[in-house]
Amino acid sequence: MQIIQPHYHAIARTAQDYERMAMSGVVAVAEPAFWAGFDRLYPETFIDYFRQISEFEPTRAAQYGIRHFSWVAVNPKEAENPTLTREVLKHFPEFFAKPTVLGVGETGLHKSTKNECAALEAHVDIAMKHGQLVLIHTPHLADKAHGTKRVLEVLAGMNVDRDRIWIDHVEEQTIRPCLDAGYWVGFTLYPITKCSPKRAVDMLEKYGTDRILVNSSADWGPSDPFTLQECVVEYRRRGHSLQEAIEVFHNNPCRFLGQNPKFDIQPIRVETLSRESVST
Amino acid sequence: MLPAALVAENYFLESRHMLLEIAAHIDRYEAAVAREATPGGEAKHVGEVRHVGEHKMARLREALAILAEPRADRERTVALLELFGRD
Repeated sequence: MQIIQPHYHAIARTAQDYERMAMSGVVAVAEPAFWAGFDRLYPETFIDYFRQISEFEPTRAAQYGIRHFSWVAVNPKEAENPTLTREVLKHFPEFFAKPTVLGVGETGLHKSTKNECAALEAHVDIAMKHGQLVLIHTPHLADKAHGTKRVLEVLAGMNVDRDRIWIDHVEEQTIRPCLDAGYWVGFTLYPITKCSPKRAVDMLEKYGTDRILVNSSADWGPSDPFTLQECVVEYRRRGHSLQEAIEVFHNNPCRFLGQNPKFDIQPIRVETLSRESVST
Repeated sequence: MLPAALVAENYFLESRHMLLEIAAHIDRYEAAVAREATPGGEAKHVGEVRHVGEHKMARLREALAILAEPRADRERTVALLELFGRD
């Protein structure tokens, strides 16, 4: 089955992960800009990072037949440095012009401070002005409910195209307000700290599959790109058809990411051939 | 051996994860029961199979009650193994 991994931190993973993903049906990944594990001090560090994910990483993925796309952002954890954020934002337009950059992400909130909210607003604003997609990170663990509410409040105060905004890492307590407000949402599958494959399928069964993306993020922390495949198996073993699985794990990413014409992978439909057509 | 504070800290997220999985399992079961109870619902499992399912979920609830008890006279792991050993 063909799968798209819409949130994947490839630079933190090995070539073997690309190889195994290719062997398990992954045809494309999209890599949002991420926190490096420490707070970066210089705009140039970000610029080189953006060059890495928009220029170099597609070549590494291509060796395994996987398409690689990316996003640019100052991570919410680093938004406490407004001067740095402003300087980096100035460079976004040059990356929007790159052939595989899909938009702004992952911006969002970590501790939901005033500086973080200002940075989120600035990120969404520049994305909307340049017709870009937006990927928004919502906080971890105990900060999630409050942080998601703040994300929705910040967005509600702006003139945004909700079809082009994906609020990620939603869980049972935060999915409904995000969907009700008209945004896309994402389930991020982690071994311990975010959603699990089984809980993701529970939510797919409860809320339907419209405007939902499933990803495994897979960064340098405890994470596993193959939680996405675990989720596919869990979905299928509950009796959902192959086409239904394709809608969630391949076609929905095509629908959201394909709003940027650079993402040119089309939704697919499985077809059973008749005996006559097979024999001709 | 680890001090108490570290025992709490080091295994907290793992236990949180397992409790969420249990909560989701119970929610999933109750959603299925509600779905099957509606007119025209998918009553795939009836009779003995349904009874076994109810029994297993009752056992899980008993186990959760044991975990919630503020008792130090007995190891919870042993109590749960004995509980599940009754079947």
